[in-house]
Amino acid sequence: MKQETTSLIDGFRVLDLTDETGHLCGKILGDLGADVLKIEPPGGDIARNNGPFYHDIPHPEKSLYWFFTNLNKRGITLNLETSAGRGLFKRLVKAADFVIESFEPGYLNSLDLGYDELAKTNPGIIMTSITPFGQKGPYAQYKTTDLVGVAMGGMARLYGYMDSPPLRFFAPQFYFNGSLQGVLGSMVALYHKEFTDEGQHVDVSCQHAVVLTLMMGIEIWDLLKVNYRGIGPYGMSVRPTPPGPLLMRWVWPCKNGFVYLMVGGGAAQGVRISTENLVAWANSEGYALLLKDHDWLEDNSATVTQEEISLMENEFAGFLLTKSKEELFEYAVKNEIMLVPVTDAKDLVASPQLEARKFWVTVDHPELGEKISYPGYPIRWTDLPAYRPQRRSPLIGEHNAEVYEKELGMTKEELVLLKTRGVI
Amino acid sequence: MAKQVFEGLKVADFAWVGVGPQVGRELAEHGATVVRVESHRVPDSLRTFGPFKDGESGIDRGAFGAAYNTNKYSIAMDLTKPKGLELAKKLVAWADLVTESFTPGTMAKFGLDYESCKKIKPDIVYFSTCQMGQTGPLKQFGAYGMFGTTYAGYAHLLGLPDREPLPIFNNYSDFIAPWYLTSTVIAALIRRRKTGKGIYLDQSQVEAGVTFLGPTILDYNVNRRIALRMGNRDPYMAPHGIYPCLGEDRWVAITIADEAQWEAFCRVIGDPDWSKDPKFSTFLKRKQTEDELDSHIEEWTKHHPPEEIMTMMQDAGIPCGMVKTAEDLFNDPQLKHREHFRFLEHAVIGKHAYNAPAYRLSKTPNHIHKAGPCLGEDIEYVFKEILGLSDDDISDLFVAGVITTEADLPGAE
Repeated sequence: MKQETTSLIDGFRVLDLTDETGHLCGKILGDLGADVLKIEPPGGDIARNNGPFYHDIPHPEKSLYWFFTNLNKRGITLNLETSAGRGLFKRLVKAADFVIESFEPGYLNSLDLGYDELAKTNPGIIMTSITPFGQKGPYAQYKTTDLVGVAMGGMARLYGYMDSPPLRFFAPQFYFNGSLQGVLGSMVALYHKEFTDEGQHVDVSCQHAVVLTLMMGIEIWDLLKVNYRGIGPYGMSVRPTPPGPLLMRWVWPCKNGFVYLMVGGGAAQGVRISTENLVAWANSEGYALLLKDHDWLEDNSATVTQEEISLMENEFAGFLLTKSKEELFEYAVKNEIMLVPVTDAKDLVASPQLEARKFWVTVDHPELGEKISYPGYPIRWTDLPAYRPQRRSPLIGEHNAEVYEKELGMTKEELVLLKTRGVI
Repeated sequence: MAKQVFEGLKVADFAWVGVGPQVGRELAEHGATVVRVESHRVPDSLRTFGPFKDGESGIDRGAFGAAYNTNKYSIAMDLTKPKGLELAKKLVAWADLVTESFTPGTMAKFGLDYESCKKIKPDIVYFSTCQMGQTGPLKQFGAYGMFGTTYAGYAHLLGLPDREPLPIFNNYSDFIAPWYLTSTVIAALIRRRKTGKGIYLDQSQVEAGVTFLGPTILDYNVNRRIALRMGNRDPYMAPHGIYPCLGEDRWVAITIADEAQWEAFCRVIGDPDWSKDPKFSTFLKRKQTEDELDSHIEEWTKHHPPEEIMTMMQDAGIPCGMVKTAEDLFNDPQLKHREHFRFLEHAVIGKHAYNAPAYRLSKTPNHIHKAGPCLGEDIEYVFKEILGLSDDDISDLFVAGVITTEADLPGAE
């Protein structure tokens, strides 16, 4: 019989035991419509101490990091280190589709809550484990932070000045990469379960996820035995010697900031057309005159010298300095020039594009007396209501009564006992 | 081999370049039948990018172009010709999923947009993915992922605060986007099974990138703080950096999250006198003296290889890791343990490496058997077995230029 649905995966239940390593996984499953229950130890998840904070007030109910990565979830507290806690957890597992967790490998097994044990309770359960390096192997017990993770995954080496260490984004990415791969693995497992009723264990490595983001960095080593590295505002074209690697400027200063722009010609048709259009514009204002009759189709990136490239780049650099990033972008969009402004958080929030697509969504935080604007879901769909977060992130133990009393049929008196015993 | 998850699922893969093809790849590696529709007249730009076999360019010589197309079949067909369009529509009728990643409006020009495909197959699942999405004032903005990632706010956050921002060689949002998209496509296929309904999905790759800056965006919306690149510094940890090691261009990341780790760190480096200086005695003090702290640490790290530092620190419970180059990743014991790099024999490139996904499924593992195809490699199989044509029909298609060949490549004589 065909059913009606109001979201892509409503009716599916997720038990979320993760810490910072896996928080985003449950958040995104919630974006897709799953019913996500965040299970925190009594007193609350340690990531509630992660900054930044609402109005810079360091308080476990005011972490903006927590707000974002635990959006869409209901929250209960439960101490898995007590036998009563484990019993309650297994009762929840009976009615769940997913358990997602990010404990140190082996921890859940030591509590008798590993995949094999949970599968005895519910053979259809999908357990997704998100850890820095995966469940087994020589690094499985290694400690990480975002910086250590992006270094070990090969991303940091792609960024840097010529005279600086490898660098990272000033915004944590390592655990987000693993968490989103966790969503993907979970969804593949769910598809399998839909046809077979069979669950399984999904073992995700964040390091491994970062390796997937290196683009052709892997292939450049595999085929040419060159390690790509960050090299200031330039991109490096790997060429045999002679003539050797070619540096091409990608980040350019303009009047009020920076823009991202590639210039060149030859076989890369998009870049060639873009460059021709930019030269025409610069020429019309008396700039880049040396390039007036340059034949960009004849450009050959295999033979051009660094000196020739630098000469051309000087021609563009002078012109770009006369324009603001807003002027440059506005013209670029209308005239097929591949250029974007280097955008900050303020610019993003003001982006007419994101506004027009109603990307930002408002989340009500009644206890703060405020509605806060969040990034929405990066995909629109037909045939279903538009994306809207199900609820703000949970307060500590906010849904204990709802879950333990209404779903598990416990009494208020029993809950009091569990609280005094440190179970919830 | 056990039955694969997506066995029986059929995909008409019109997607090209970096993001779109990754979705079909993921499904194909779990058993789906995926037919990539390409053309020599407008070749996928990924096929024009290196690295190439022996450094010599060629449409089938690039490992990057092969990377996102394992297990797929490739046909080369001109969709602007009526017969090409007719065959494409047959492929849509065959398919469960249609994918595309052109500039908005391109599929409509062919007559293959969602509405047209829905008429052919009412329950079709169909996605479009591009930088900015199908709507909005910037929808026509087409460029590579570096541009989208920059627009999404990443370049501004990369580098040192008093120097220029740095470019993003690896088109970072080009990986966030397909992971979201594949997950959403699978959700849509599950919903279709339950409800009998198809769906149209419209992805903005820029938006996908922005979601990974969620806390930074909230910090602006709530506190009006505009985050700026800060090198490797962290607001909540010190020391926190990447330090030079013994050897050429060798580096190690060391991060100290609490007092216990600080004490363990001092022990590992031999409790030097400077570490007992009261100005480094608490986190708040270390935060104020970070430059000095870093120079002391460098003095120690530069006498040791990164592997050794990593092992010493990890043995003491300190989050520490060497900066891996691509070469290091091929030798990485953890990636080896997880069989991350898998090697296939490509008809032109020879044996080369393919990434595995970062998730391991215990019962239905991902499996690759066919290297990223040469352009048009599977014309015979697809036109005969899937579209039911004869050898004569196929010859006619070649003659009419509906099936394209190397002679149709731009610049070919």
